[in-house]
Amino acid sequence: MSEKKLEQKKIASVKTFKKIMADHFLQIDAAARDPGRKVAWCTSVGPAELLQGFGFEVYYPENHAAILGSTRTATDYIPYANAAGYSPEICSYLTADVGAYMQGFTPLTKVYGIEKIPKPDVLVYNTNQCRDVQDWFMWYSREWKVPCVGIETHRGVGAVTKVHIDSIAGQLQDLAGKLEKIAGHPLDMDRFKQSVELSRRCSELWDKVLRAGTAVPSAITFFDGTIHMGPAVVLRGLQVAVDYYQELLVEMEARVQNKVAAVAGEKHRLYWEGMPVWGKLRNLSMQFLELQTCVVASTYCNSWIFNQLDPDEPFESMARAYTELFIVRSDAVKEDYIARMCADYRVDGFFYHNARTCPNNSNSSYGMPQRLTERTGKPHLVIDGDLNDLRCYSEEQAKTNIEAFVEQLAQAT
Amino acid sequence: MKLFCGIDVGSAATKAVLITGSLEVQGRGLCPSGADFSAAARQVFDAALAGVGAGEADVEAIVSTGYGRTNVDFATARRTEIDCHARGAYHHFKRAITVVDIGGQDNKIIQLDAAGKCLKFAMNRKCAAGTGAFLEEMALRLNVPIDKLSKMAENSAAPGVSIGSYCTVFAMTEILSKVRAGVKTEDLARAALVSVAKRLLETQAIVTDIVATGGVVAHNPVLRDILKEILKTEVHIPPHPQHIGAFGAALVAASEQKE
Ligand code: SF4
Repeated sequence: MSEKKLEQKKIASVKTFKKIMADHFLQIDAAARDPGRKVAWCTSVGPAELLQGFGFEVYYPENHAAILGSTRTATDYIPYANAAGYSPEICSYLTADVGAYMQGFTPLTKVYGIEKIPKPDVLVYNTNQCRDVQDWFMWYSREWKVPCVGIETHRGVGAVTKVHIDSIAGQLQDLAGKLEKIAGHPLDMDRFKQSVELSRRCSELWDKVLRAGTAVPSAITFFDGTIHMGPAVVLRGLQVAVDYYQELLVEMEARVQNKVAAVAGEKHRLYWEGMPVWGKLRNLSMQFLELQTCVVASTYCNSWIFNQLDPDEPFESMARAYTELFIVRSDAVKEDYIARMCADYRVDGFFYHNARTCPNNSNSSYGMPQRLTERTGKPHLVIDGDLNDLRCYSEEQAKTNIEAFVEQLAQAT
Repeated sequence: MKLFCGIDVGSAATKAVLITGSLEVQGRGLCPSGADFSAAARQVFDAALAGVGAGEADVEAIVSTGYGRTNVDFATARRTEIDCHARGAYHHFKRAITVVDIGGQDNKIIQLDAAGKCLKFAMNRKCAAGTGAFLEEMALRLNVPIDKLSKMAENSAAPGVSIGSYCTVFAMTEILSKVRAGVKTEDLARAALVSVAKRLLETQAIVTDIVATGGVVAHNPVLRDILKEILKTEVHIPPHPQHIGAFGAALVAASEQKE
């Protein structure tokens, strides 16, 4: 059987993407080495805007851990953290990142010539992602003897009420007090508000970029999204991210207008629920390409859309944005969200990645796939794997399951 | 004679089936998959052809399936073993059924509607528990040749003996402790087969009759009764259950030719 040579559709804006991501890392590296500047570590959905209001350079270890994953170095370092008492069952972002640090490794050296990850002046978390981020930051806090502060989220939230918002907004205000001492100066309110405003604009643009996936054929894939979401995670609150998404949006709108398909000959459209398998992004995207199946939307890429942000009410709107987040919501809210996405993006089926070390981003363990299939009439597939720990992923099994799922979809049409 | 071939390169064995355009089986081939999947595929293909007295030129289309489906470079198309087992089983039982394939490394449960369309499927997850590989380990531990496991289980007089854990390694230590406690080998052989059925039970809810396929069922006829008992449903075994995947692939070859 002769195999066709397939090519992924290139996104031209990737040039700008690479440049701004490189600038981001180099800038933080420089700040970490400059005694006059301060660096804060922040969780991916942590209070970045507030930190920017204090003038911190903000570094996101989850992004670093994802780079460990996508460079397929994570699995080499996870065992060192396991041996130090951090179980193979817990977040493999944490274990990969800590394990790599223990061994004096960072993929930033090869990519950007940066010798080591930036030592922070403060570690700031929001447990809205999970408790693991707190454990992760506490490890570095002990290692470097730097303060670790954060927000304790609500979890399993149904309707978001004033009680939720007031409590988180209150925590943010308290946090500002602590950060003032660490920064050595008060919060620059104008800068804070500007950051909230830029973060919202970044979100709105990113949302529009992702909506290129509603077009038939889809102009974008989930795999493109996992790469291009970088600035929405690590540069939100900054003008550079807004500029970047403006550029990317022009490209996506042109694709939609000209009916350019991200997956040539698109036959089926899927929704991806759960984390990416970072070390297998390319293989998976090539397999879907071969199967003429486009993963058009995901919970994951959409998790960095914070349209609630409002510079006139920075604390309250941050509290709202970071509480209305998918990951902290009840299953009923999550199901409504996915069902809505299914209709908006006209998906034919759901793909659930059951990530062994991230139950927080895995929604296949409490019957949700079955309920959503019943509700929407769209079939689902659950794949066991992991975001970073490739010891938990059987590529052969995943491949066969995906291929069989597409065969099933083909029978249904 | 116009022939169509299906080749199923499984993790343990490679199978070939040759059929005519009117879907009559003409020949079969079987060999261990070994480490060279393409060589095994060629071997079963040649064996099946030789059995029919036909040549390669008589074969219109060849569909490969199974773990090594991409290694069959002379195949004209390929399909997953899920699709092929479903088609092969449905050919023999044309109604809403659940195909249960117990293979060397994995299990599949495929629910088909009355028209033979796949409604849902699931494979065993994460480990070899409940597969042929698990039974091989068990046989080894019990010092019983794998092809005698079923016969031994038939002689079990204590069907209540069970293996609780679903990790293969834990199951082994459980076996060891039972051996130490003097539990009879026949009872442990049966317990191993019951464990296979229990792993299936937890994979996907089964709401129809079962059609059981694959090498493990072919070699362990007692499993049919055990499946019936544990899964509480009627269990049918098609002719040549180990060749059902290859047969399904041959059906695909024939149908694609017609289209
Ligand atoms: S949400 Fe999951 S991947 Fe992210 S930090 Fe928490 S456990 Fe790790």
